[in-house]
Amino acid sequence: MAVMTLIQAINAALAGEMERNPAVVLLGEDIGKHGGVFRATEGLWERFGPERVMDTPLAEAGILGMAIGMALNGLRPVAEIQFADFIYPAFDQIVSELAKFRYRSAGQFPAPVVIRAPSGGGIKGGLYHSQSPEAYFVHTAGLTVVMPSTPADGKGLLVSAMRSPDPVIFLEPKALYRTAKGEVPEGEYDVPLGKAHTVREGTDVSVITYGAMVPVAEGAAAEAEKEGVSVEITDLRTLWPLDVEAVDRSVQKTGRAVVLHEAPRTCGFGAELATLVQERSFLHLKAPVSRVTGFDTPFPYAMEKIYLPDVRRTLDAVRGVLTF
Amino acid sequence: MELPLLVALREDGSVEPAVNPALQNQDLLVLFRKMLLLRALDEKAIKLQRSGRIGFYVPCTGQEAMEIGSGFALQEGDWIFPSYRDHGVALLRGYPLASLVGQLFGNASDAMKGRQMPNHWCDRSINLVSVSSPVATQLPQAVGAAYAAKLRGEKVAAIAYFGDGGSSTGAFHVAMNFAGVYRTPTVFFCSNNQYAISLPVSRQTASDSIARKADAYGFEGVRVDGNDVLAVTKVTRDALARAREGGGPTLIEAVTYRMGPHSTSDDPTRYRSEEEIAGWAKRDPVRRFTEYLRKAGVVDGVEAAKWAEEAREEVLRAVKECEGAPPVPPESLVEDVYAEMPWHLIEQRKWLPHAEE
Repeated sequence: MAVMTLIQAINAALAGEMERNPAVVLLGEDIGKHGGVFRATEGLWERFGPERVMDTPLAEAGILGMAIGMALNGLRPVAEIQFADFIYPAFDQIVSELAKFRYRSAGQFPAPVVIRAPSGGGIKGGLYHSQSPEAYFVHTAGLTVVMPSTPADGKGLLVSAMRSPDPVIFLEPKALYRTAKGEVPEGEYDVPLGKAHTVREGTDVSVITYGAMVPVAEGAAAEAEKEGVSVEITDLRTLWPLDVEAVDRSVQKTGRAVVLHEAPRTCGFGAELATLVQERSFLHLKAPVSRVTGFDTPFPYAMEKIYLPDVRRTLDAVRGVLTF
Repeated sequence: MELPLLVALREDGSVEPAVNPALQNQDLLVLFRKMLLLRALDEKAIKLQRSGRIGFYVPCTGQEAMEIGSGFALQEGDWIFPSYRDHGVALLRGYPLASLVGQLFGNASDAMKGRQMPNHWCDRSINLVSVSSPVATQLPQAVGAAYAAKLRGEKVAAIAYFGDGGSSTGAFHVAMNFAGVYRTPTVFFCSNNQYAISLPVSRQTASDSIARKADAYGFEGVRVDGNDVLAVTKVTRDALARAREGGGPTLIEAVTYRMGPHSTSDDPTRYRSEEEIAGWAKRDPVRRFTEYLRKAGVVDGVEAAKWAEEAREEVLRAVKECEGAPPVPPESLVEDVYAEMPWHLIEQRKWLPHAEE
C-alpha cells in the first residue's frame, strides 16, 4: 500500500487502466502537456501520447459529443470537464444523448463514457468554481453518478467507472484533492459501483452523506461522541443507482436520519434520500429526517465557509433529531 | 466569390464530365429504384398518419436525390449519423424496409421497442446510429466516431447529416471546429432544403452559403445540386475517399427543397407560396432522374411506371407485415435504461398493468 492524496489516486487509476486497456482515451481542456489544472493527468501525455491524452479545443459540448461518438465506436473515453460548473454547455449531449443512447436504441448503441469533473466548494472558487450539480444527473435516467471521498475509493471507483457498461458522471470533491490522504492498494484495484461504505458504526443517529461532506460528518460524530451520542456515517460513494439497502439498514438501526450534502437544499439529492427513508423506514423513525445542505443561493465567494455545511450545523441537526 | 453549385445532370440530358460519377447502368437503376421506393414510402406513410394508423411522420419528398446519392457513396464500415429525415440513406445502406416501417408503428415489429417517435431508427449492423430529435447533436458524435476509426488505423469515414437549421446550432460549430483541429475522417452533409420548419435559410445565416462556413474551420466546403443524384454521388464519394485517405473533413451543402411539410404536424401553406412550390416541383429529383434515364436509354416509360408500382407494392407489403404486430410488452418500459436493471426500476416494474406482484 502506498499513501496517496485523492488526486494522486485518480491519476493512478487513469494510468493503470490506460496501461491495461488500449481503448481508454482521455480528452479535455489542458489535460495533455499541462497535466490538467488540478494535475489529475500529470505524466499521462508523456506516457501515452497526444492521441490518447487529448488536449481539446475549449468547448465542453464538443468534448462530450466527441466522447459519445468515440464510445459508440469502441473506445472507452474519459472526458475531463475542468470544473463541474462548466459542464452545462455539454448538458444537451449528456442529458439528451449520452443518458438515452442505450434506451432509445434498445441496447444496440450503449455509450460507456466516463465524465470526470471536480465538484463542490472549498477552494474559494465563487459562483463558477464551486457548484455541486449531482442532482441534475441523478434525475436523468440512464446515468450512474459517483462521488468518492477517499483516495482508495477514488482509485477503485474510477477503475470501475472505466469498466462500466453505462455512462458514469464521476464527480471529484476538489476540496479533498490534496487534503484527503490515505493508503491506496497498488496495482489493479477496483471498488464496485452501487455499494455504500459505513465509515463509522453508531447506534443513535445515521448521517447519510458523500464526497467532501464525509470528513464534516466525521468531525460532527467526534463532537457528538463527547456528548455521549453515537453517530453512524454512511458514505454513499455511488449516488445513483443508490445502495438503498445500506440506507435502510442504517436508519432502521438508529431510527434517526440526517442527510448531509453541500449542494443547495431544494430538490437536492437529500430530498430524494429523505423521501426514500420515510417511504421505506417510516415505522422505525423516531424523528423527521433532517437535511443539512448548502443554501438555496448561488455559491458565494467571500462567504464560502458560511455557505458550506460544517461541523456546527451538522451537530445541530444531530442534536435536533435526538431531541425531537 | 460565391461557391459554385456543382451540377451533373444538364438540362439537355447530358452529364457534366467533371461531376459525373461514371456509374454502370445497373448502379443507375439501383439509385432510381431506391428513389422510387423512398417516394412511395413517404406517400404511404403520410396517408397512414392522416388516417390515424401511425402517430407522426417526417417526409423527405423532394430530397430523394441527396438521400440516395450520398447513401450510395458510402462503403461498408462507414459510420452514419443521420437526422430524422434521412431514411433514404438508411434504406440505401440496407436497412430493411420492414424494420423502417415497423419503427413507424412502434409495436413489437419495431426493434427499438416503440421507444421513439417515427423516423428515429437505428441499426447497429450497418453503423446506422440512433437518431434523436434535438437538432445537430449528432455532429460532434460523428467526429468522435471518426476519431476512433482513425486511432485504430481503419480506413473508414463517418458521415453526419443535418439541415440548414442545424447549421445555426452550437453543435455544428463545435463539431466543425473539432473535426478541423483533429483532421478526422468526417463528412458533414447539410441538406439545405430551404426551411427549418417555417424559417427560410436566409433567416438562419447571413452567409452566402452554408458550405462557405468550412473555410473558417480550415477545410473544404462544397455546394452541390441536391436534386441531382449523380452530382451528389460524385461529390460525396470524393469527400469520403479523401476522408478515408487521411485528407480530413469536408462540408457538403446539398441545395434542395423540402417539397412536403416539415412533419405531419406542419402546415407549410402558412409560410410559403404556391409559386415557390411550383418552381421547385420542376426540379423534382425523381422526375429529373427519370428523364435523364429515359434520354440515356437506360429506362423506358413502361419500366419506370412498372417499378414505381412495384415500389408502392413493396411498401404495402411492409405495412401489412408490421401493422398487425402486437403491442410492445409493458415490461420493456423499464428495460435498457442501464445494462442491468437497478433496484428502483425493478420496484417501478410493479406499477405496470398486469404486473406480477
